[in-house]
Amino acid sequence: MRAEEMSKLPANPERATLDGKNKFLGFWFFLGGETVLFASLFGVYLGLRNATNGGVTSNELFELPLVFIATMLLLTSSLTSVFATMALKTNHFKRMIGWFVVTALLGLAFLGLEIYEFNHYVHEYGHTMQSSAWGSAFYTLVGTHGAHVTAGIIWIALLIFRNMRRGMDLYTAPKFYLFALYWHFIDVVWIFIFTVVYLMGKVG
Amino acid sequence: MSAHAYKKKNPIWDWLTTVDHKKIGILYLVSGAFFFLLGGLEAILLRVQLLYPEFDFVGAATFNQLLTMHGTTMIFLAAMPLIFGFMNAIIPLQIGARDVAFPFVNSLGFWLFSAGGILLNLGWFMGGAPDAGWTGYAPLSTTSPGNGVDFYVLGLQISGIGTLIGGINFLVTIINMRAPGMTFMRMPLFTWSSFITSGLILFAFPALTIGLALLMFDRLFGTQFFAAEAGGNPIIYEHLFWIFGHPEVYILVLPVFGMFSEIIATFARKRLFGYSAMVFATALIGFLGFMVWVHHMFTVGLGPIANSIFAVATMLIAVPTGVKIFNWLFTMWGGKVSFPTANLFAVGFIPSFVLGGMTGVMLSVPPADYQYHDSYFVVAHFHYVIVGGVVFGLFAGFYYWWPKIFGTMLNEFLGKLHFWLFFIGFHLTFFPMHFLGLMGMPRRVYTYLSGQSLDEANFAASIGAFLMGIATIIMVWNIIQTAIKGKKAGNDPWDGRTLEWAISSPAPEYNFAQTPLIRGLDAWWLEKRAGNKGMVPAEPLDDIHMPDASILPFIMSLGLFIAGLAAIYSMWVIAIGGLVLTVVGMVIRSVIDYHGYHIHKEDLPAEGGKGK
Repeated sequence: MRAEEMSKLPANPERATLDGKNKFLGFWFFLGGETVLFASLFGVYLGLRNATNGGVTSNELFELPLVFIATMLLLTSSLTSVFATMALKTNHFKRMIGWFVVTALLGLAFLGLEIYEFNHYVHEYGHTMQSSAWGSAFYTLVGTHGAHVTAGIIWIALLIFRNMRRGMDLYTAPKFYLFALYWHFIDVVWIFIFTVVYLMGKVG
Repeated sequence: MSAHAYKKKNPIWDWLTTVDHKKIGILYLVSGAFFFLLGGLEAILLRVQLLYPEFDFVGAATFNQLLTMHGTTMIFLAAMPLIFGFMNAIIPLQIGARDVAFPFVNSLGFWLFSAGGILLNLGWFMGGAPDAGWTGYAPLSTTSPGNGVDFYVLGLQISGIGTLIGGINFLVTIINMRAPGMTFMRMPLFTWSSFITSGLILFAFPALTIGLALLMFDRLFGTQFFAAEAGGNPIIYEHLFWIFGHPEVYILVLPVFGMFSEIIATFARKRLFGYSAMVFATALIGFLGFMVWVHHMFTVGLGPIANSIFAVATMLIAVPTGVKIFNWLFTMWGGKVSFPTANLFAVGFIPSFVLGGMTGVMLSVPPADYQYHDSYFVVAHFHYVIVGGVVFGLFAGFYYWWPKIFGTMLNEFLGKLHFWLFFIGFHLTFFPMHFLGLMGMPRRVYTYLSGQSLDEANFAASIGAFLMGIATIIMVWNIIQTAIKGKKAGNDPWDGRTLEWAISSPAPEYNFAQTPLIRGLDAWWLEKRAGNKGMVPAEPLDDIHMPDASILPFIMSLGLFIAGLAAIYSMWVIAIGGLVLTVVGMVIRSVIDYHGYHIHKEDLPAEGGKGK
């Protein structure tokens, strides 16, 4: 029965039902709102990035190799979520779950690096949320991104555990697809953070 | 499974768990009306304090709290939910939809709003309400002693999330849920303007979210965002606030422009003049609304270039607004205009709002603004647009759609009394304020000296405020009378033009037994002119799918309420507990499947009959 149903799934199962269409469109709008949210944080960061209050500066603080590894981890996780989406569109449930597991693991590794990085800044350099306006802006912007990564990992873990047994149908496909959209968005935000915070912090 | 639909439900449980957009609309209207009365009471207390020079009624500290809470309550807790109430109650009916796109999210939006609204007002009972103005400018707000401003920050944050998801719900509903034939350019103007408003909500509220979050960090966690002494910059808060705050003005006023467009057309018995120009003007106002925020900050000193650009953008908005004013006038021109209360408010709105628009253009000139800034002239201006525009519109919509929402007719005599008292009181209050401002009376100051020619105008303004108070009491009396013994309304008491008047009053749970086919603008009017008794169905009669009710939105909002309240007092364990409650609610929602249920076609009332 299940296999028969699966073979009958249409080409874009994530948008085949009205419910799926609504979720798809609603989530794009949500990401639009998130864009303004992060744009506001970037604006605040640009306004305060030289307000070091006599403390450590970004040029002294950042180590590009570490940030490069973090960036590569997150970019690769975006690629693996594309593989997962391709599997979703061709009804390969097991393959999709596999790629999403890899995505989540890469996200976890990124998060581990970020925690290490924050810890390092706080304890080695005394660079905290309270030490300067730049510190406040830095931890709020990068931390909000980190919180989004954390939420994404919890989300995909929940989806995988909940739907492991029942496979893909028109009800579950939109759920997985939306996660992939969200993950790409987080990735795009990181590219801006890498440029505006780290690269401009080193050379700007 | 249809038995489910007819099972007797506990009414309290039913209202807590409902995902029916019509019931959520009523919840929004009732709570919005409550906060409107509260904000009005605060306004009257303010005007009593200003009745006489050096009068000692509430004193300076309470005055600051009253003016802050009056503004915050009226904007966020009265006008916003009342608009959302009408959007919920009417839009799905106008586009021929059985439901909104996300019934659960819709319910969550309402409960988050009410959790935030209650939290915001708890300040009164827990050591002092917010007192830094509705704008909450730093560093006044970051250094305000006590917990008042914390209530402002967290209350608005929670209700803001509710507003944001409500906006997304309506965007998707209007794009995806329209009945066959209901093209974008056949949508009623109220639906159109609410659609554009929802877009503004989506792109404006996140800026407020960030502004409030940074304010919270500065107050609770000792960050330095707005602390100039540590390199922070308080101007950033002003930017974030007004990047949200100016679109917010249009978020409030565009839906009531839509209401006026329908009410004026209905009571002129003519189709709206220049429908497509109206749609375009609405979209243009929405678009320009994002590029004018600096006109609130002309005196900050951003320089002549920035001020000029924003001044020109501000003046531009007068063009599409003028288009709308003329279209309303031309709609009435040559029509058979009748004046029930709804149309009185609509027609009374036009000159009142034009006055507010004129002072707006005056304020948009930066050198002149240096004179007007922070004076009663500004108070007069924004009350002319917000009371003369938004409140008149909400009253007009209230009298117009009451029969559709509640199924009874309001008393027209009391309604007209309400209009005339309110209209006279409104002008008596705010017109003299122009002169007070020009004579140099600063806003937000709790008293004034005698012998400066300020006495008479202040006295008149206070009398006007009392008149508006009496008018509002008459409206409440009208509602009570109508609730007790109001006469039943028919499906179409005003000989309406749009789809909501084609179905029973109040609408049945499923709205349309068969999705209607839309054959043009003013769909219901067209069918009536063609001699049809009802809409032509677009589908055969079939089982109707309904969403499941859920208590989770209430519980998730309760979690955030607990978290917010605990955070104000730095009780972090309880705060995290509240957040966990919310997250658990989200997880339950995600893990359990909600497939809804069906109302079987055999159980639907016969054609032409009243809904159950």
